[in-house]
Amino acid sequence: MMLNRLSTFLYQRPKLVLGLLLLPPLIWFVVVYLGSLSTMLLNSFFYLDGFTGQVVHQFTLQTYLKLLDPTNLQIFSRTTLMAALVTIACIFIAFPLSYYSARFASRRMKTFLYLAVTLPLWSSYVVRVYSWKLILAQEGIISWFARLAHLDGALNWYLNLPLLGGPSLSVSSTGIFLVFVYIWLPYMILPIQTALERVPKSLVEASSDLGANPSQTFLNVILPLAFPGVVAGSIFTFSLTLGDFIVPSLFGNSSFFIGKAVLTYMGTSGNIPLAAAFTMGPIVIMIAYLLLARRLGAFDAL
Amino acid sequence: MSGSAIIFKNVSRHFGELKAVDDVMLEIVDGEFFSMLGPSGSGKTTCLRMIAGFDRPTAGQIFLFGEDVSNLPPYDRPVNTVFQDYALFPHMTVDQNIGYGLMIKKVSKEERVKRVDEMLDLVRLPGFGHRKPSQLSGGQRQRVALARALINHPRVLLLDEPLGALDLKLRQQMQVELKNIQQQVGITFVFVTHDQEEALTMSDRIAVFSEGRVEQVGSPAEVYEHPSTPFVAGFVGTSNLVEGEMAKRITGSESKFSIRPEKIHLSAADQKIGTDMFSVDGKVRDVVYLGLYTRYLVELAGGGDLVVVEQNLNTTSMEVMKARGQKVRLLWKKEHVRYVGGHDA
Amino acid sequence: MHSKKIPPPSGEHTSWGLKMSAFGALLFLHIPLWLIFIYSFTTETSAYTFPPPGLTFKWIPQAIANPDMQSSLVLTIRVATLATFTALILGTLAAAAVFRYDFFGKEAISFVLILPLALPGIVTGIAMRSAISLLLIPFSFWTIVIGHATFCVVTVYNNVLARFRRTSGSMVEASMDLGANSFQTFWHIVLPNIGTALLAGGILAFSLSFDEVIVTTFTAGQQQTLPIWMFSQMLKPRNRPITNVTAMLVVLITALPIILAQRLTAQTTDTEGEKS
Repeated sequence: MMLNRLSTFLYQRPKLVLGLLLLPPLIWFVVVYLGSLSTMLLNSFFYLDGFTGQVVHQFTLQTYLKLLDPTNLQIFSRTTLMAALVTIACIFIAFPLSYYSARFASRRMKTFLYLAVTLPLWSSYVVRVYSWKLILAQEGIISWFARLAHLDGALNWYLNLPLLGGPSLSVSSTGIFLVFVYIWLPYMILPIQTALERVPKSLVEASSDLGANPSQTFLNVILPLAFPGVVAGSIFTFSLTLGDFIVPSLFGNSSFFIGKAVLTYMGTSGNIPLAAAFTMGPIVIMIAYLLLARRLGAFDAL
Repeated sequence: MSGSAIIFKNVSRHFGELKAVDDVMLEIVDGEFFSMLGPSGSGKTTCLRMIAGFDRPTAGQIFLFGEDVSNLPPYDRPVNTVFQDYALFPHMTVDQNIGYGLMIKKVSKEERVKRVDEMLDLVRLPGFGHRKPSQLSGGQRQRVALARALINHPRVLLLDEPLGALDLKLRQQMQVELKNIQQQVGITFVFVTHDQEEALTMSDRIAVFSEGRVEQVGSPAEVYEHPSTPFVAGFVGTSNLVEGEMAKRITGSESKFSIRPEKIHLSAADQKIGTDMFSVDGKVRDVVYLGLYTRYLVELAGGGDLVVVEQNLNTTSMEVMKARGQKVRLLWKKEHVRYVGGHDA
Repeated sequence: MHSKKIPPPSGEHTSWGLKMSAFGALLFLHIPLWLIFIYSFTTETSAYTFPPPGLTFKWIPQAIANPDMQSSLVLTIRVATLATFTALILGTLAAAAVFRYDFFGKEAISFVLILPLALPGIVTGIAMRSAISLLLIPFSFWTIVIGHATFCVVTVYNNVLARFRRTSGSMVEASMDLGANSFQTFWHIVLPNIGTALLAGGILAFSLSFDEVIVTTFTAGQQQTLPIWMFSQMLKPRNRPITNVTAMLVVLITALPIILAQRLTAQTTDTEGEKS
């Protein structure tokens, strides 16, 4: 049979088979993905001619220099600050849940909790963002609750604060902050839970055997061992916040975040070089973050 | 009249620096039960895999019934294998597992069903056809693996330590069954094991492997009674290896020899020595009662020690324990001494 | 004598504070989704008033009949199907290569495959957009598919590789020993054993593609996938009920496959296909 002969031919040439297996995905990724990344890098060294509106294919650093404009620097710092705050908030909200699920939940409860966390994670991102439009709306549930609890005065005062407030919660930095925390929360819960599950019970028992009370055990034994998980989760929350444009668009005012800036430069002004240069920002920040995280042992918890 | 089933001609298999199989020459006769015996890493499994076609020699040639098979893939060889972990297909029933080879060869369904049933009877698992491997015990899986291999009427059956995972009683039972099946079916069996007792029980001939080389090939009696190297003497059954000054005291020459523990008699300290015997005096240092027999460790007068084994024909455990510390004379027939060859194990 | 205080075993030491914070977080995760369900039935058309003034079912048929919603849904399904199919092939090939062979740069493969997901979507989006425009390729259905397939490969790859590692290697040898050539062995033995892993990986890839919005924004031309359509609707205050219903339907439709995929890859006590 023909197939038999072909099979024998291939059987005697394992290197050929390796090539056949590896080549399609490899070519795809090198050409499509790595190629795209290099084009972007390349583009960041070009510049947009203000007069012609065309991209000039000449090596230059002026586009990168544009990044140092005060407005652009503001964009970077605003986004980075938001990413940091979101990360911290996620850590605090996620930790009790991860801790409970890792150490105290029964087997059935664990499966239930796992599904309860992953379902929102996998269900539509756009939908989950949208749900907060409903919640934060002026006539929405938060205002209703505030009125009910006679807190609407406090709410209005808050909205009048310069940086944090806005015309309504739905269009404010606080709103953006809340949505980000909500969206990325599962990404923080899971790695922390994994890290906590890896802490052997015997260590906790040894600690209390040696005289430590529960909070001491927590601070000295459990927390340090859970730390890599925290770092791993923070990689996600930080990176995802840095690059997102959907949330600031829906809940923000005119102030730009990196993602929005990139989209605008890309689309409306056709300023691909600047968009590319802008994108290098998050990449550099993330690489630095990743290297730091690796030093802190986060990759074991991924 | 049987010819050669398998011939190894200067076969080597190197993994970089490591010589897993080192210049092996073998001839396996058609219809015999041939064992490849040796410790782990001795090369016996590698040789088996090269017969099956899962591995190719780095040097040398392998002939199956006169044909050089170096370039033949496993599916073109008239050989079938029973794997150490049985390798049953978990998503298929016992019937489908056993009938797999026939299905591939496009044998008709009726014929397949008939032959599968025959096989189930042969391995004494009638009616098990609809079960899945996960529902079988270790011994049952092993028999299914055997049936799956035999149904294809291979000219050689290869067995890679198939009884390793079974408990003692089951192992002994299967050893007898396998031997019977081999004689019934009449094909060549090549059996790999590290258990020398198993090899001695089942084989027509044994090849003893060590570090990639074949130390000796022979019938069980030959290999046991006439070990040609110290390694074989030590690996097949226990043995006492005596050399150098100790040897000189006993036999008069420094040549290394081996003497089986069961060939030594434990006698009173003043026992008369026959002219056809060697003797040496000593003191019993340790006694281990093993039910069927007792093992004594005797410290010799001039240094060194020997292991002696005696059946407990008339003695009880209490009595043999009394031997501890006693002065004894060890005697054995000169003809039971085996002088072993030059190279060390 | 002063006896040492014996702390209770850790299993019993759940304070109420911990339990409440844990479930608080859980509620925080889920309440917004439930709210969408409630809003899908509100009679209010132009605002997000809470509590809803009245309840009605009428938005559901309207949403389903909406032509824009339908065309974007069809497009999304077509993209996801094609991207999943491509990812299945590329992911399985890569997993097979990595599992069976040792070669230069092997560790790098897993890293490169996960990059499209690990780096912020905007990076992938911009990168692809610059490459596409540089090559003067028009933005179209196909550019969307290529983008999606790229980040979907890793879900298939991870699942299939994990399954390869859990199956016993001697099964392939046994099959060949019994007379089957490589192709027959693949069909009868390998494929059935990785089948559920392929399914799970495929389902995850499909969901990933179905839901993706950031990279799609950059690689699409005029086409709108469902998430993009929903996003554009959110920027416009009209048609709120339609958007609400669509959102609810999307959640329901994506929930089922996810649960299914989780069941398929769960490491149970079932030992079929596992190394003994």
